[in-house]
Amino acid sequence: MTARFRREKRDPLARAVERHVPPGLRSRAMRAMSARAGQGHFALQRCLECRAVTYPPRDICPHCWSELAWEDQARGAVVLSETTIRVTTDLYFRDHLPWRMGKVALDAGPVALAHLHAGLKAGDRAEMKLVLDKGGNAALFAAPAAGDPAMPADVQGREFVVPVKDRTVLVSDGRNAVGRALVEALTAAGAGCVVAGLPPPARPADAKGEQFPAPMVRSVPLDLTDSRSVSECFARLGGPLDIVVNTARFVRPGGISRSANLIDQKKAFDIGALGFSRLAQAAAPLLVRRPCGAFVDILSVHGLAPDAGFAGLSASEAARYSLLQSFRHEMRAAGVRVSAIFAGPTDDEDHQSVPLPKVAPARLAGELIKLLEAGQEQRCVGDFAVDAMDRWLDDPALYSREKNV
Amino acid sequence: MRARASYDDVVVCAPVTVPYERFSRRSAHWWTGKAMRGLAATGFKPSDFDGFCFASFSAAPDSAVGMVQHLGLTPRWLDHIPTGGASGVMALRRAARAVQCGDADIVACVAADTNHLDSYRQILTGFSRFSQDAVYPYGFGGPNATFALITDQYMRAYGVEREDFGRLCVAQRRNAGSNPLALHRKELTLDDYLRSRAICDPVHLYDCVMPCAGAEAFIVTTPEIAARRNLPGARVRATIERHNAYPEDPVQLRGGWAVDVDALWTMAGIGPDDVDVLEAYDDYPVIVAMQLEDLGFCEKGSAAAFIRATNFEIDGDLPLNTNGGQLSAGQAGAAGGFQNVTEGLRQVLRKPLGAQVPDASVAAISGFGLVNYDRGVCTAAAIIEACR
Repeated sequence: MTARFRREKRDPLARAVERHVPPGLRSRAMRAMSARAGQGHFALQRCLECRAVTYPPRDICPHCWSELAWEDQARGAVVLSETTIRVTTDLYFRDHLPWRMGKVALDAGPVALAHLHAGLKAGDRAEMKLVLDKGGNAALFAAPAAGDPAMPADVQGREFVVPVKDRTVLVSDGRNAVGRALVEALTAAGAGCVVAGLPPPARPADAKGEQFPAPMVRSVPLDLTDSRSVSECFARLGGPLDIVVNTARFVRPGGISRSANLIDQKKAFDIGALGFSRLAQAAAPLLVRRPCGAFVDILSVHGLAPDAGFAGLSASEAARYSLLQSFRHEMRAAGVRVSAIFAGPTDDEDHQSVPLPKVAPARLAGELIKLLEAGQEQRCVGDFAVDAMDRWLDDPALYSREKNV
Repeated sequence: MRARASYDDVVVCAPVTVPYERFSRRSAHWWTGKAMRGLAATGFKPSDFDGFCFASFSAAPDSAVGMVQHLGLTPRWLDHIPTGGASGVMALRRAARAVQCGDADIVACVAADTNHLDSYRQILTGFSRFSQDAVYPYGFGGPNATFALITDQYMRAYGVEREDFGRLCVAQRRNAGSNPLALHRKELTLDDYLRSRAICDPVHLYDCVMPCAGAEAFIVTTPEIAARRNLPGARVRATIERHNAYPEDPVQLRGGWAVDVDALWTMAGIGPDDVDVLEAYDDYPVIVAMQLEDLGFCEKGSAAAFIRATNFEIDGDLPLNTNGGQLSAGQAGAAGGFQNVTEGLRQVLRKPLGAQVPDASVAAISGFGLVNYDRGVCTAAAIIEACR
């Protein structure tokens, strides 16, 4: 254990800073926009008949009263006018005054109000980002069209993303291939401190994987199947914790009536589903104190529709996805982002007999950093997961049938 | 378009203003009742009112229906007007047709709103679907932010300076000086205006109205009934109303008045030069400037030059918002959309709250209401003239 780990020095009775979230009331149509924003889309409604694009979200086309459908749109825009808000009755924005916003003419057609990047003024070309605010609702953010407008570096932009630089991150399983790749990626992305959880070693060779050369990485025993181990881990962490990434899972092949192994199934649930709950429960009180708290879960895309050859894993991942959505709902009120990375089979020892395509752990780790810095709620990594999500969104009943023929 | 019928055999009379309070423990129902009592002071009994037209933002969960039972009225004609700043002119023109056609004889038009400590935030929070979805999440600046965006664009489009808006605010404050009911009567200098703190750039403190509690009311009836009660009244020469005009304009630089301005003056049979007093809706000075243009008092784009060349005080070239307007008298919710009617009526009836515009006979009254999303949706205007 290194001495570099930051420990918060504070009187436990000192008044904690209360964190607020932006106004959360939305129409159902706006929630549909938020669901698309969470998946990284820049989607607006378009009329199925007259093809006009409309905003704010409506329930019927304002030009011909035909049906509207969501569709990805061009991200370009021009800033028409701007203001700096210096007075508000809302507690969240009051904490963040002054706040710059403006009106933009979207290349897609409509005009919209948007948060403004510090580098933008009236007349400028902008690139629009559809982001999620701290309350989990879609928001339009106008960034400079040229160059790379790093959201975490912008004073307003950082409210919509999860910066990694200088933050403290816990990786729940730092022993498996994905966990190790992630520790490396977080270190490279400038994380201030990475805590690698180490589940109990299953074999002598595992002990080799307990060494992390980077000085800002620290390892700590963490067994998600044991509530006491989870409590002890967080008691040792003590200090500020910004991001938790749950890399733990238990992958074994096996069906139900054929090649069934109830012990494997039970362990898959104990680590994947109940382990998620133990981890989330312990992490929540620490995350809600942080300005940009986030919890990211790496899920198997088999959680959407099962792979009958991995029945236990599929079922535990489905349960885990369900728990994640409940946790996301709870954390919205506290401004903590709860996100999911969906992956197909990973290129590791758990999927030795699974044919390609498989996603490399390093790729998964890289995409997870991108998800954080874009403030996304969901991202599919690798061809397998992208294809699975596409099919599932299109026709879930068909997908679960065709997946196992 | 067919020619519109004139408003024959209709008068508007009995302007009532229930003195405003910055904050009130009372409900909108109480303020409405006070206004009705003011109307009844002209000699009408509660059972005489056979028409009731109501506007309020703070009467929830009640509408005009709940208010009728709360107040013990039994009208044969009822209307609820949700258009805020445009509600006074709209109440007037609806009531006028009801009386003219015989659906009602004596219509009480009332706007009343209370203002508790947290009312402003609560009313904003539930104001409209587009606001909750696409405006408030962007800094929650309320109408200040929306009008800041309009003001910013308007200033750049037409070369208007803050000083120009300041001249309007300073003149209105002078007018408020003689109005004992105005919440702000202390002199405001152009320097005070320019040095005031920014609220949402370029909107500064004195560009904003002060929310308060209050009520306004008037009666629309027949000349015969008014004469029997010895009530002086004004006839309605013309009215217009328009909603969601120019939806294709990316930023609101003109209002619905511009669509109907010719119809207004044609029906009135007079022009802007014949107006003795202008009661224009003044939630923000940029909207006053827009009305000067869109109602034909000056050319589009020339508001700055017109403001620099015109004296808007009570004894000036174009007496404007003679009670001080909402910017000085306070904005009592929907009553802010009625005070232009009651003040215009008082001036032509020569019974003002404060100073009298010399020889006033014709008043132009203009309303502007409801920022549903990025602009005011409802516009209305009326020309009234004293019956003498």
